[in-house]
Amino acid sequence: MIWLDTLAQGILLGGLYALFAAGLSLVFGIMRLVNLAHGDLIVLGAYVILVMVSVTGLNPFLAATLALPVMFGFGMLLQTHLFNRVLGEDILPPLLVTFGLSVVLQNVLLETFSADSQKLSMGPVEAVGVPLGPVTLGLVPLATLGCAVAVIAALNLLFYRTKLGRAFRATSDDATTVQLMGIYPARIFSVATGIALMVATLAALYLGARANFDPTIGPARLLYAFEAVIIGGLGSLWGTLAGGLVIGVAQATGAAIRPEWQILAGHAAFVAVLLFRPRGLFPRAND
Amino acid sequence: MSAPLLSVRGLTAFYGDFQALFGVDLDLARGGCVAIIGANGAGKTTLMRTICGIARAGQGEILLDGAPIHGLPAPEVLRRGVAMVPEGRKLFPSLSVEENLQIGAHERRGNGAWTLETIYDLFPVLRERRRNPGTALSGGQQQMVAIGRALMSNPEVLLCDEISLGLAPVVIRDIYAAVPRIREAGTAILVVEQDIGQALKIADHVHCMMEGRVTLSGRPSELSREAIHDAYFGVTHDLA
Repeated sequence: MIWLDTLAQGILLGGLYALFAAGLSLVFGIMRLVNLAHGDLIVLGAYVILVMVSVTGLNPFLAATLALPVMFGFGMLLQTHLFNRVLGEDILPPLLVTFGLSVVLQNVLLETFSADSQKLSMGPVEAVGVPLGPVTLGLVPLATLGCAVAVIAALNLLFYRTKLGRAFRATSDDATTVQLMGIYPARIFSVATGIALMVATLAALYLGARANFDPTIGPARLLYAFEAVIIGGLGSLWGTLAGGLVIGVAQATGAAIRPEWQILAGHAAFVAVLLFRPRGLFPRAND
Repeated sequence: MSAPLLSVRGLTAFYGDFQALFGVDLDLARGGCVAIIGANGAGKTTLMRTICGIARAGQGEILLDGAPIHGLPAPEVLRRGVAMVPEGRKLFPSLSVEENLQIGAHERRGNGAWTLETIYDLFPVLRERRRNPGTALSGGQQQMVAIGRALMSNPEVLLCDEISLGLAPVVIRDIYAAVPRIREAGTAILVVEQDIGQALKIADHVHCMMEGRVTLSGRPSELSREAIHDAYFGVTHDLA
């Protein structure tokens, strides 16, 4: 029974990691950009929701709907005026710029909000448990997993059923030839980063609802997100969900054996998957 | 004589310090077909890439229906009515055959002749294989997708860069069989071709390029085999 509960908790935790990773996977899949500031952008999203809650008095879920367009716009601006300037054949400049952005974001958040831990209070819903057979699951963790599945399903629909998604995939394949189709790759990249930051904002909502956050926790969220993306297979959205679940279950299992093994077990699972499947569980056929 | 649809005047282009085009002139009439022939490195592909906006133009001008398109980015050149079939086909591996065609209509110009249905009528084999990945097709079928993709924007000018490269003669014949139908639909064609016989067969006018310059121009019926041979290979006759 304990193991069943551990598995269930691991899957729910994996949902949060999949949300962390979905935006990173989207950006990498389209423009081959490894955004080292992704974790800090999630934390920024949490603070934007916190500000919306403070200003409007709304519930964090409703406040997040206000934060989504703000973060979309910020993502577009970031891509247009910063990342697009350094994208090219050389992978080093974008890595350095996103690393620099990570440092800047952390310091701006420290200056603005101090190092005090914050939380997005959901109210009584935080204590609601849903009995499912032999285990009882928290409503917020269940909502987190549901949101992760919905986000990845929605991104898949966007990618494979819409004109914009077709342009995303074509731009990812060949950013020069796509210009002959009337598409500006820089604009596609900006929209993609805008969408990625909307996904990061949803991740921030559940991060803030489930745990405390402060300006310095971004890099650790990036690490989990990065591991989920690699385990799933670079650029594969459903693979990213699977990657998040693998890390979540591994961490929950590690914690069940010895609490201090939680984080170690997640990283060990990452290394183990890479040993046997270097391209991840679900690599894209044309990568 | 009516004004040309596409007019190139004194066009130069550079790759860094290396000059690839030296004052190229050419005209393409509405619904016409002009062929550029020449050996490897003659500047044919550079000329096409410069017209469509992928490569930066130097001096000179490119006019489409009298309006300058010189120096515009490739997406804007497409919007004005110039579509390109690039050398090597360059299909998108992530997209199916039908999606490769559909993305050609991303910036569709008006309600022209070219739709998925008319492309499938032009190349019926693509209808059967529309769900396949574009890059899973044979070379000839991929070339049909590349031509169809370019036509989907309903261009006034279709630039075709080496569309017979690496294909079997029977496949080349099938692909060039589509040219009259494309012209009937009102689309003018500028084609780069290494196969001199094919170029002379389809074009109203032929230009031969050598080291970035047009060294011979004329109607196919006016050009002797010797003149073409000499221009193509850069042969000079010592009269002394």
